[in-house]
Amino acid sequence: MKSHTTAHRKSGLWIAAMVHRLSGLALACFLPLHFLALGLAIDGEAQLDRFLAWTTNPLVKLAETILVFLLTVHMLGGVRVLLIENLPWREGYKQLAAAAIAAAALAAIAFLVRAA
Amino acid sequence: MNVRLYLLQRATGAIMVPLVLAHLGVIYYATRVGLSAAEILARTRGSIGWAAFYGLFVLAAATHGAIGVRTIASEWAGVRGGKLDLLMWAFGLALVVLGLRAMAAVLLP
Repeated sequence: MKSHTTAHRKSGLWIAAMVHRLSGLALACFLPLHFLALGLAIDGEAQLDRFLAWTTNPLVKLAETILVFLLTVHMLGGVRVLLIENLPWREGYKQLAAAAIAAAALAAIAFLVRAA
Repeated sequence: MNVRLYLLQRATGAIMVPLVLAHLGVIYYATRVGLSAAEILARTRGSIGWAAFYGLFVLAAATHGAIGVRTIASEWAGVRGGKLDLLMWAFGLALVVLGLRAMAAVLLP
């Protein structure tokens, strides 16, 4: 019975939905921190510059690259949801889900190349 | 999720598609020229255009994120009833307050 209840997890569309949910959850966790970081400018440029100097750390650059991936994949996943819900079903939607993940990975790599 | 929240979730998501694309463009541009407080603040301070852009972005993201967190809390953590709405409102309002504070920090001259 267990294989019956989890069989859907092998579907590309289930994986796409899970990626969309997890990326959204991660962005929801990050957003307050993003706002707090920008809010440092309230106390003057020097505070924000100190924070920006910290972001040159390679580990922070890696985290930023992951965030660019999460933002891009969540946006494209959202476009996928809007298309599925508002237009007639097309077979290409499965390929679109895979293309969204690939495009997000390319966007993240492009960011990493520029930031490095 | 009721119909109103469902529609609000989809509408804020659709609104944010061009905003996220523009945000990614700014990220790539700013990364290329090198991030500094002076560069960021020179671009944003006193700009009505950026105020409108980020104002819409903050409100849409706060609404979208709060409804998303509500859905996940309900489906994965089994949160129900008043606690679920309290969580959504608390998270959404916290994002609005923090977002507007961040906007004030980078936009006010």
